[in-house]
Amino acid sequence: MRVMNKEVNTVMKIRTIGRHARESLKSIKRNGWMTFASVGAVTVTLILVGVFFVIMMNLNKVADTIEEDVQIRVHIDVAANKQDQDALMAQIQAIPEVKSVKFSPKEQELKDLVQSMGEEGKAFKLFEQDNPLNDVFIVKTKNPTDTMKAAKKVEKLHYVAKVKYGQDKVEKLFKFIKASRNVGVVLILGLFFTAIFLISNTIKITIIARRREIKIMRLVGATNSFIRWPFFLEGLWLGIIGSILPIILIGIAYYRAYDYISPKLVGTFIKILPFDPFFYQVAGILLLMGAFIGVWGSVMSVRKFLKV
Amino acid sequence: MIEMQEVYKKYPNGVSAINGIDVRINQGEFVYVVGPSGAGKSTFIKMMYREEVPTSGTITINGANLAKLKMSKVPLFRRNLGVVFQDFKLLPTLTVYENVAFALEVIEAQPKVIKKRVMEVMDLVGLKHKIKMLPSELSGGEQQRISIARSIVNSPRLVIADEPTGNLDPDTSWEIMKIFEEINNRGTTVVMATHNKEIVNTLKHRVIAIEGGRIARDEQRGEYGYEN
Repeated sequence: MRVMNKEVNTVMKIRTIGRHARESLKSIKRNGWMTFASVGAVTVTLILVGVFFVIMMNLNKVADTIEEDVQIRVHIDVAANKQDQDALMAQIQAIPEVKSVKFSPKEQELKDLVQSMGEEGKAFKLFEQDNPLNDVFIVKTKNPTDTMKAAKKVEKLHYVAKVKYGQDKVEKLFKFIKASRNVGVVLILGLFFTAIFLISNTIKITIIARRREIKIMRLVGATNSFIRWPFFLEGLWLGIIGSILPIILIGIAYYRAYDYISPKLVGTFIKILPFDPFFYQVAGILLLMGAFIGVWGSVMSVRKFLKV
Repeated sequence: MIEMQEVYKKYPNGVSAINGIDVRINQGEFVYVVGPSGAGKSTFIKMMYREEVPTSGTITINGANLAKLKMSKVPLFRRNLGVVFQDFKLLPTLTVYENVAFALEVIEAQPKVIKKRVMEVMDLVGLKHKIKMLPSELSGGEQQRISIARSIVNSPRLVIADEPTGNLDPDTSWEIMKIFEEINNRGTTVVMATHNKEIVNTLKHRVIAIEGGRIARDEQRGEYGYEN
């Protein structure tokens, strides 16, 4: 008669894992509407988080490309001869913040100007005979935020006619990028915790409905971890199931949006993130988030009922 | 087997349920716990399966001091006893077989062992033919027999029953008592709280009467001693 205690083993057996998996799936089926509610909560929040995440990552990408593109245009005084120009170039290169200096002759400058004006630019072709533009050094800094500092230093050098770097624009842009990044992080975190709160509440209701079951399990000598496992797995499944729809929706929407927006950006320096691999990264993140939210929600809720 | 020394239990709301109990119950005994409602019977029983912890004193069961037992050790302690309730406490979504097998599954017994033991106890309670039914398809007496089967399936040395016949008609109550007698005859200690005068006075065993949180009477082959 006293065979049973020999069977007690603290190491979880594969059979037991199988049992927990079966139990968790059964319970998902049995709890019909509550399952639907939990999955729904995961789905809705992950759609919000997903959409926001995609937008934020693309804003970041745009910001990065703009940052990359920030440059200082140093107009060289027409009085400077070849040696003076070389000397000036050396002086600019000696500024610690400067990464690179590229020489752009006035012929090139005119060509660029004509091109950028499109149809109307043709009128400027007249200037090819007597080019009124300056030769230009295009200066890039190691760190885009040092642009203003470097520009101020260049301004003081000899043979510099004018320094252009879109002072106000650059300042405003950096402020905007910084703010949008902070707002984005706060919003995503906020949504994430709202999701966990919603889901742990939904799962709590399913668990309250099963308080009796937990109590009986405790009375027949089930350990806490034995009781917790099926709930843990149930949360995991709910989270994963809940992340499927957001992944599909965001996949379709991003594929369409990319197809629509991307051709319009050709010729500008702005780029958005390509569908592959960006979508797969987003899908992975949403799946992990769903799983995490589901597991955390259920573990937090079941904890309360294990103190009988 | 069971030893209580200087046991007191005061609930957080100020109610003193147990006011100094000393008692010893030996292996193989059959003990009725009787007394008026609110006398402390339920608390006395609950402390035996460690649902309640005494405020002071010691309770030793199967060598474990329940007053000091760590939460993590409670499941292991409960595996050595069976508990039967007035309201059966069966899981409504599991079949009869699953309900009984449940007590062995949680201790991770082998499937072979589970099957063999479940069939043995189902035979003992006489419901082998209903193992595929749900609890809701059974009568109250049958449900209680399932609950008894579950309590003894892991071969405990002690079975604690809290008014097991409280919800049953007289005929069914006698059937249930026959099963408890059989369990006791096999060497298992049975401690049963009951309000059933007829049973206590007919199937004579040790009677512990609790009044006002103290033992008022402790007699071998005693009488119920109260008017129902």
